[in-house]
Amino acid sequence: MLIDYLPVLIITGVASFMAAAALFVSFLLRPNNPYREKNTPWECGMDPVGDANTGHTRIPFFIIAILFIVFDVETLFLFPWAALLPDKGISVFIFIEMFIFIAVLALGLVYAWVKGALEWV
Amino acid sequence: MPIETLNVNLLSILPMALVAILALSMLVLDFFLKKGDKGAIGYLSIIGLLIVLPIASNAIEGAPAFGGMVIADAFSAFFNCIFILAAVFALYLSVDYLKRINSETGEYYYIVLFAVAGMMVMSSANDLIALYVGIELMALSFYVLTAFRVRDTKSSEGGLKYFVLGALSSGILLYGISFTYGFSGTTNISDIARLAGGAGANNTFMLLGVVLTAAGFAFKIAAFPFHVWAPDAYEGAPTPVTALISIGSKAASFAVFLRVFIVAFPAFQSHWWKLLWALSAATMLYGSVVAIPQKNIIRMLAYSSIAHAGVILIGIVALNGAGAAGVMYYLLVYAFMNMGAFAIVMYLGRVRGNGEYVSDYAGMSSRHPVIAFLMALFLLSLAGIPPTGGFMAKFFILSAAIKARYYWLAAIGVVSTAISLFFYARVVFYMYMKDAEGDSPAPAGRPALAYDVVIYITAAMTMLLGLYPAPFMEIAIKAVEPLIR
Repeated sequence: MLIDYLPVLIITGVASFMAAAALFVSFLLRPNNPYREKNTPWECGMDPVGDANTGHTRIPFFIIAILFIVFDVETLFLFPWAALLPDKGISVFIFIEMFIFIAVLALGLVYAWVKGALEWV
Repeated sequence: MPIETLNVNLLSILPMALVAILALSMLVLDFFLKKGDKGAIGYLSIIGLLIVLPIASNAIEGAPAFGGMVIADAFSAFFNCIFILAAVFALYLSVDYLKRINSETGEYYYIVLFAVAGMMVMSSANDLIALYVGIELMALSFYVLTAFRVRDTKSSEGGLKYFVLGALSSGILLYGISFTYGFSGTTNISDIARLAGGAGANNTFMLLGVVLTAAGFAFKIAAFPFHVWAPDAYEGAPTPVTALISIGSKAASFAVFLRVFIVAFPAFQSHWWKLLWALSAATMLYGSVVAIPQKNIIRMLAYSSIAHAGVILIGIVALNGAGAAGVMYYLLVYAFMNMGAFAIVMYLGRVRGNGEYVSDYAGMSSRHPVIAFLMALFLLSLAGIPPTGGFMAKFFILSAAIKARYYWLAAIGVVSTAISLFFYARVVFYMYMKDAEGDSPAPAGRPALAYDVVIYITAAMTMLLGLYPAPFMEIAIKAVEPLIR
């Protein structure tokens, strides 16, 4: 049974080798010329203020990220749903079901909006 | 898939759907309420839950619905009643508690409702995926609630520890589920027994799945090597939430523990009984021994709840009808006696501004004679002294262990009960035998009615369950009968 997973092991080895080889070859070929601006962390094009590890990260970033994931997952569910919709037997049922799902998610967005989480001050 | 095989039965998800709708409508209501009026959400949630209670207690017998995802049987109905009752008590106490710690928000109430919805999904899940979704809904709600006292670093610490270890345990549980799925080919709890039993019952990877699943559940019930989050989370959380975690979360986790191990994994019983035997024995002894030196009463109750988890595990090890029904009866009794003890801790915090430490209970019998008496009742019930409910619960579990010939485990259970009597009785000793040191703080007026109502109802139920257990035990036995084959 375990032998069935041999291709997984092989592809893992090939992928690791490719990654290591790419890093190694570029290490041999690339020019090495670090200077101060190049070594600063890239922060959305803005000048970084202080160290990142002091924990002064803006909370709105997290909220936007969470909202993004929520609606990303919604899309993930919408595609198989759309593919199943022509099936006459369950179409009415899943049509209503998806609208309930979207309504619950929309309520979450309204909540974030009302509580002022979307304001970027 | 044709709709007939899906078996769409909206009645089977009605209780949890209603709780979810209640939570969402409370969320909308929160938009329109001013800062000081948030208590209204608490009271409306209680009324809503009390309306759902008769619907939830009504079991719909029949096949699993929604493609085998959920099953609304008497087993889940029994647990749903425990969750709703615990949440009603906790919410009722919360309204006054939140006013006292000065952080009245609407979020608190509907996150509690979301947690209840998650527990109900757990108790009626008939598929490991649905079970996992329920666990996550409950656990995520409790992480937030544990860290709810934002101005207290202990609360943040407890919340963070609970979150990190809870996420780890979810990972372990998922790993176990994936092994189970990989080697039985299904996540449906009733199909696993059929597909993985018989000749495959000695499969190493299937056993790995069983072991990892057990470890995941052991985290949630705070069994011995997986208990480290419990005391910190219990101490940091707002006290009503602590009560709800120790009752609701534990009951829900035992519900899934029972269903998975009795329905899905009985073929592996010859293997997993040793594991659960050791877990149970270690948890009982560790919980009751470590509770002895605790000075903080909430930490003491946390370790006592760890010890109780060990005793309840005996019922699963026994794997007979009496054991499983004993687990359900124990959790019902535990809901009332533990809620009562926490309500009194909160009552003292409200009336006298302390009550956090065991020494604060000195001389309570002369100052609050009725409350001191009821506290003694709850503590002796937790210790398992007749004629309280705690005694009957322990009696059912231990007799099931004897019936299944686990004599040593039953003996360890009795020893741990004897040890635990020591730290419960210490509080009683402080209340009745010691005088308060220094001048007692002046009573801060009459506390809210909620404390009296909760304390008296839980005390009455603790006594009733001790004196007249037959009808409740009968319901429990009827509920587990279809599960055990």
